[in-house]
Amino acid sequence: MGDSIGKVLSPIGGAITKGDWKTKVSIIILGFGQLLRGQILKGLTFLALEAAFIWYMVGFGGKYVSKLSTLGTVATQKVGRKTVYGDNSFLILLFGVLTVFVILAFILVWYLNIKDNMEAERLIKAGKRLPSNKEVFASLFDNNFDKTLLALPVLGIFIFTVLPIVFMICVAFTNYDKNHQAPTNLFTWVGFQNFQKLLSFGSSGIGRTFVQVLAWTLIWAFFATFIDYFLGLAVAILINKKGVKYKKLWRTILVLTIAVPQFVSLLYIMKLFANDGLINGYLMKWGWIDSPIQFWVDPMLARITIIVVNIWIGIPYMMLIATGLLMNIPEDLYESARIDGATGWQMFKSITLPYILFVTGPFLLTQFTNNLNNFNVIYLLTQGRPLSVKMAENAGNTDLLVTWLYKMTVNDTNYSMAAVIGIMVFIITAVVSLVVYNALPSVKDEEGFQ
Amino acid sequence: MNKSYKKKQARSNFIAHVTLIIISIIWLFPFVGLLLQSFRSYDPKVEYGGMVDYLIPKHFSLDNYRFLFSGETNFLRWYLNTIIIAVCVAIFQTIIVLCVSYALSRMRFTGRTFLMRFWLILGMFPGFLTMICLYFLLKQFGLTQAGAVPGLILVSVASSGMGYYVCKGYFDTIPKALDEAARIDGATRARVFFTMTLPMSKPIIIYTALVAFMAPWCDYVFASYVAFGHDESYNVAVAMTRWVWTNDYQGYFTRFCAGGILVAIPVTVLFMCLQKYYVEGVTGGAVKG
Repeated sequence: MGDSIGKVLSPIGGAITKGDWKTKVSIIILGFGQLLRGQILKGLTFLALEAAFIWYMVGFGGKYVSKLSTLGTVATQKVGRKTVYGDNSFLILLFGVLTVFVILAFILVWYLNIKDNMEAERLIKAGKRLPSNKEVFASLFDNNFDKTLLALPVLGIFIFTVLPIVFMICVAFTNYDKNHQAPTNLFTWVGFQNFQKLLSFGSSGIGRTFVQVLAWTLIWAFFATFIDYFLGLAVAILINKKGVKYKKLWRTILVLTIAVPQFVSLLYIMKLFANDGLINGYLMKWGWIDSPIQFWVDPMLARITIIVVNIWIGIPYMMLIATGLLMNIPEDLYESARIDGATGWQMFKSITLPYILFVTGPFLLTQFTNNLNNFNVIYLLTQGRPLSVKMAENAGNTDLLVTWLYKMTVNDTNYSMAAVIGIMVFIITAVVSLVVYNALPSVKDEEGFQ
Repeated sequence: MNKSYKKKQARSNFIAHVTLIIISIIWLFPFVGLLLQSFRSYDPKVEYGGMVDYLIPKHFSLDNYRFLFSGETNFLRWYLNTIIIAVCVAIFQTIIVLCVSYALSRMRFTGRTFLMRFWLILGMFPGFLTMICLYFLLKQFGLTQAGAVPGLILVSVASSGMGYYVCKGYFDTIPKALDEAARIDGATRARVFFTMTLPMSKPIIIYTALVAFMAPWCDYVFASYVAFGHDESYNVAVAMTRWVWTNDYQGYFTRFCAGGILVAIPVTVLFMCLQKYYVEGVTGGAVKG
């Protein structure tokens, strides 16, 4: 560790002590050395980056980053009839975070600049020619092609994923809720107060609701993953069975579920199971029941219905994957098992299942984490309802952590608590992934089954 | 012995077929119901357009479809919005995913493993966490409400680089020796990418584009947040979900069915045509993780 830090820092020390004057000037005026050495393209790029950085800090970033520690002190006031806007905590936090990143990025550019200068000096001392402008540019499509390819995607991910996530992590430590809405009101840092509220089980805390929602999230993810997995496998085996005709037709019918947009099929199914829906309608007409079955009203029934409907969604997907895998199992394995007098079930248990489980381990894991965050199915079917008076923050009986988070953001504008829950979801996903991933047989023993 | 075996075989085949037929009926029922109910008129003089307890309409009518095309609502506009979003997202997302996958699969550069791990961790945050922040960022550029369509495209495309797994897995299976041979002959990396790797990757390009194209049709959450209150920039999911959820619109149920059919048909036909590539991509992705 110490070594690598030393290695990283050595060009800086080298530039200050041993560098020639061009390099030394470059420490302050980026790209200076490159320009004087004829590497105009590189030099101009560095110089432009420095200019842009200074322009940004003076005109924009500076004023936000300086208020980052308080998130603003001047409240918006009404003077007579006019509203005088004060500090906007939201902007201060967002642009403050952005500015911190810009500063870090500039330090990186500065470092690369020094390193580049030292490299140029070394080449000149060794009597070698510096790469010309044309060569530098051409390398962007050859040896440095990765930089060209990744520049835009990385920038996009930074602005639309990294920056918002860091911002929201910060929000979790503030009191940004419906009483502290920017720009009318200020919000400020409150430390771990929100986390305490989430994990406290007293009357003011929402710990009990959190545990309840978390438990249902885990139960749901477990059932949704494994029921679909095994039933999908069963259907795939059924279709693959020798002697079954029209294999393609059966598959096509199942695959329809993937093809039709979920908001159409799920909303229709939601209405199908409604109290005045078709299923209840027919059952009552046939005299099987007297009053409608409360599919979406009874908490327990609602949960079961969701899991059942999800089977409808999940089987085709697993069926497709299993079909591909089943074809990979060598036929002679079954042949020799049959000669030994194995029954169908025995063959499934000792040949098919171990193989499929082995190969689809990582897939099962991703399915599980996806189901933890399976927003569409829950939200389109129940929106987390039925609501419960026993639960805090408008949580419903079928709410997953993510749908709860969504409702907190959109309906209650309780951003700080939503952020805390988001962090919790992250922690749960990360822990599950790490633990399970390292325990997977296909990770431990890559050579098995080959 | 042989005869009884055959008999047993025939019986088990019969059971298998019956099971498959039952499964097919269950799986097809919602679609058949959707189609049938879309032909029930919403005109109170003919029939009721809300929830009823029978499947087959008493009178066949095209009222719902007429309503959708009549211009009473912005249905055509919503439809167009969704197509624009889907096409743009499919094109740009595919380009970005291909770039990222090639760089990560073929090139070795400092920070490569860091980048991959970092993106993996980022992916563990729930997507809706950042909704308000994204909304605000878009608002800064004027890309909400009236500008929601380009805004939604921007957000979907910007973060798509993180979904490179399946595509990179495919590139990894193309022998590196091919690249090396071309490089020795003097081809640049860019040339190898454009003239060798891409033409060999047709299945994965189609898979990536297809998945990207399908997603916007279901985008309710973020689309409803960004376009909030601006009817003209809704997509079909946002607009039609209202018809189902708002109780005052009970009579709108059959209109939702008709709209659903219009949305489902092109997407489904496209999917069915390209099914082969989808299966390939999904299976490959599942096995490699």
